[in-house]
Amino acid sequence: MSQIPILTLLTVLPLLGAAIALFAGKHARTVALITSVASLALALFVWSELPSNGSIGLTELAAWAPSLGIEYHLGVDGLGALMLVLSAIVTLMSVDAAHRVHHQQGLYFGLVMVLEAGLFGSFTALNFFHWFLFWELSLIPAFFLIKLWGGARRGPAATQFFVYTMAGSVALLVAFIAVFLSTHSMDFPHLTLLASTGELEEAVAAHLGSGFFGVPVMLWLAIGVLAGFAVKVPLVPFHTWLPEAYAEAPSPVTMLLTGAMSKMGVYGLLRIAVPLFGAQIATIRTPLLVLAVATVVMGAWAAAAQKDLKRVFAYSSVNHLGYCLLGIFALAVPTTGAAVSASQAAALNGVILQMFNHGVTAAALFWFVAMLQARTGGHRGIDDFGGLRKPAPVLAGLMGIALFSSLGLPGLNGFVGEFLIFRGTFSLAWIASTVSILGLLVTATVILTVIQKVFSGPVPERLASFPDMTHGERMAMAPVIGLMLLIGILPQLIVDSVNPTVVNLLAHWRF
Amino acid sequence: MLSLTIYISFIGALVVAMLPAKPSSMARILALMVAVAGLVVGVLGYIADFGKGLVVLTDKAWVPAMGIHYLLAADGISRTLVLLTGLAAVAGVLFSWNIELRTNEFFAFFLALIGGVYGVFLSYDLFLLFVFYEIAIVPKYFLIAIWGSTRREYAAMKLALYSFVGSAMVLIGLLAAYATSGSHSTSLIALHAANLPVSFQMWCFPLVFIGFGILAGMWPFHTWAPTGHVAAPTAASMLLAGVVMKLGAYGCLRVGIWLFPHGLDPWGWSFIGIGSWRDVFAVLAVIGIVYGALVALAQTDFKFVIGYSSVSHMGFVLLGLMTLNQVGITGAVMQMFSHGVIAGLLFAIVGRIVYERTHTRQLAELETMHLSRRIPFAAWAFVIAGMASMGLPGFSGFVAELQVLIGAWIAKPWWVVAAGLGIVVGVAYTWRAMQKAFFSDGKASAHELEKERAHPFAAITWPEVTGVAMLAGVSLAVGLYPRILLDQIEPAVKALLAGGVQ
Repeated sequence: MSQIPILTLLTVLPLLGAAIALFAGKHARTVALITSVASLALALFVWSELPSNGSIGLTELAAWAPSLGIEYHLGVDGLGALMLVLSAIVTLMSVDAAHRVHHQQGLYFGLVMVLEAGLFGSFTALNFFHWFLFWELSLIPAFFLIKLWGGARRGPAATQFFVYTMAGSVALLVAFIAVFLSTHSMDFPHLTLLASTGELEEAVAAHLGSGFFGVPVMLWLAIGVLAGFAVKVPLVPFHTWLPEAYAEAPSPVTMLLTGAMSKMGVYGLLRIAVPLFGAQIATIRTPLLVLAVATVVMGAWAAAAQKDLKRVFAYSSVNHLGYCLLGIFALAVPTTGAAVSASQAAALNGVILQMFNHGVTAAALFWFVAMLQARTGGHRGIDDFGGLRKPAPVLAGLMGIALFSSLGLPGLNGFVGEFLIFRGTFSLAWIASTVSILGLLVTATVILTVIQKVFSGPVPERLASFPDMTHGERMAMAPVIGLMLLIGILPQLIVDSVNPTVVNLLAHWRF
Repeated sequence: MLSLTIYISFIGALVVAMLPAKPSSMARILALMVAVAGLVVGVLGYIADFGKGLVVLTDKAWVPAMGIHYLLAADGISRTLVLLTGLAAVAGVLFSWNIELRTNEFFAFFLALIGGVYGVFLSYDLFLLFVFYEIAIVPKYFLIAIWGSTRREYAAMKLALYSFVGSAMVLIGLLAAYATSGSHSTSLIALHAANLPVSFQMWCFPLVFIGFGILAGMWPFHTWAPTGHVAAPTAASMLLAGVVMKLGAYGCLRVGIWLFPHGLDPWGWSFIGIGSWRDVFAVLAVIGIVYGALVALAQTDFKFVIGYSSVSHMGFVLLGLMTLNQVGITGAVMQMFSHGVIAGLLFAIVGRIVYERTHTRQLAELETMHLSRRIPFAAWAFVIAGMASMGLPGFSGFVAELQVLIGAWIAKPWWVVAAGLGIVVGVAYTWRAMQKAFFSDGKASAHELEKERAHPFAAITWPEVTGVAMLAGVSLAVGLYPRILLDQIEPAVKALLAGGVQ
């Protein structure tokens, strides 16, 4: 359509914001607010300009370093655009929530803006180099946001977060060098095409031999790529960095980590791992499903055992993203047929919706934790509160909605995605989905326990004058809660745009 | 035009040497002007001949009886390295702005060293190349021995001895090649065309390659490098790691590989998978990568971390050369440039910006100083330099190391595995140094804050900001748009490979 490089603008905008924020001192938050509102507007514009047939639109293509297969290739489909909108929403929420950052504000909001640029860059990239650049770029601000503004054990938490993600990235990079060597291409759409015709596998076998230790090279590469994403999402047993990082990061940063950054991993699976290594994922589908189920169930059980609200929600994030992984791995079946296709489409729609919904809901939950902490001098233990519904009815009501959204109550956004995932996976992998439903039950008890302990019961003496949400906070939170209700009631707002993309994606995937 | 760089630097050195010792500002301003002039000429020459093949700059008979010519010429590789030298020279002067001891002599030696380096990169006559190569050793010695720190006499002597042993090996090889070729010219082109006998190349290649390799920090002949880097004053460390090590690598490529391509042929027998000099040097390179990184991880002195990291990064250059393919050698040349810039930046931060304020390089002591709060500029400059050094995408190091890895993979996949390990350890040591030096945990006590307020660090000066911005900017520019180097280097490497190197 237009000649304006809108996706480039979208990535540059937060970088500009970062540069200004860095030197804006006390006004840094205002700069960040303006930038993130503008970014959201731009992301929504991108969403509205998507091609209706679900293919990749708004493409920008230019030579970069041709001898290395590096091109400046940008474009989005429904999946990418939805992630752009989500990143913009979560960043705006995070900036909104960060009004208590007092030291080095310029640096703080500068880093947040760089992180947003990293998200935008990686969700619009169609070339590995470009994508990897922003994937790594987002890591650095996240590290420093944890390291410099985090809680008591922020040092080890930040380092652990960095080391894990970096190790995953190295595996990813090595696998991609191998792919490049075999095909001389780093272009995602091109490689997807090669993979769908089976040429990718042939090329890899021709260049790199049949395999090591009895395992085909292609499978090694698939494992390398999966490892990179498994750390980010995370997939059990690569999740151990997560609770530490989420708990130690300041709450607004946790919102970014769970709301947007974790989606980079799921997005990577959908944009890179499955299109290129679908057949390999299908061959190791069973162990992957076992891990996904373990992620779902273990995340839920671990959440039930936590006493710190941030850790409760951290583990519950692991659980919720586990459903995404379950959906993705379940749909990797080589068989075809109308019924299978319908199930795959349902599961994939569900996964994409779940990505969006979890992003909004989890970010909202951590925001509420930040409010609780701010009102009690930093307390966030599940037993530190009680009966808040009396002194703070609005807070209790709105946080209750967010909690029920997380639980997956019909009528709220969380339900639709999970329902579609189960609708799809049940016929594709019935054992895995049945076991995972146990996760739902445990999650329900976790959420209800939180509601009970925090909002019900007698009000302790020291919480008698617990202040309710301020006018500003209500104004800021209202649109988020409104969004939860809106998507819960009218999921077609998203599905209508995502479904053509889902059909288009599935048509290009070969298992 | 590029030959001007040599004359500007040497004349500049002479003039600066003759300046009165006081005021010192005169010497440094003049030195800066000379360095900038060299850089400008380098940039103009780089752009003027962008992507072209070999351009002969000057060709005059010098010692006709021996066929020695004053032959200066440059291809894409030379132009890239001349550009690097110009950058390093300007940055070096900027980061020596605070030298007060015998300022005029310091900058005279500095500029003489620069002139010698320009000379090596532009010489296309073996004899001439050797002369410039030797000229570069002398100022190095004095820079360390007079203005150095930790065990400076020892380090200066060690560096000089290693350099002389290396040049002696090179000299023997060159004389032998000259005699064997029977040609009446010492021009590289003539000697290359002479098609030296294979059996001769077989023994002469390793001699010359190791001779140059010593200066490139090739394991196990690297030990001069960390001690030398640490003892040297900041500007000299920047030049040593940034440019002088490149002299060695450049010699390995231009003289070693180009003159003796058959020296890399298989021996016809192999022992534990090693069947040629190529395998031997590749293994040494890989050991250097991993060993350098591991040792850097264990250092307690901040400057030693950077010193050993140079050994590791130069291993990538040597590995790239040994791939003997287009991608790998292009990557090696890019890594020369990239490491030159990044190592310069790292030494500048550690040796000048941090050390001149804290007067310690011990990581354990720096840990207690809360530097990210007290000199945030240094902390963030190091974060950027560290990211570049780790090889994160977006910086020059990534593109360079990526190409070396791709080249190595084409040649022998297991080299990649070992080198990849080196990268991982590289991330670890950079991260460790950064955390310890700048971002240690723990709040300052009221007493400490009191002391800090009583003795604040000197403010960051404009030469420091300019130098950091320039080097970081170059690394970023190359990382984001690698074609500014690639399109210059690739044709030269292609020509080199077409010239008989297989």
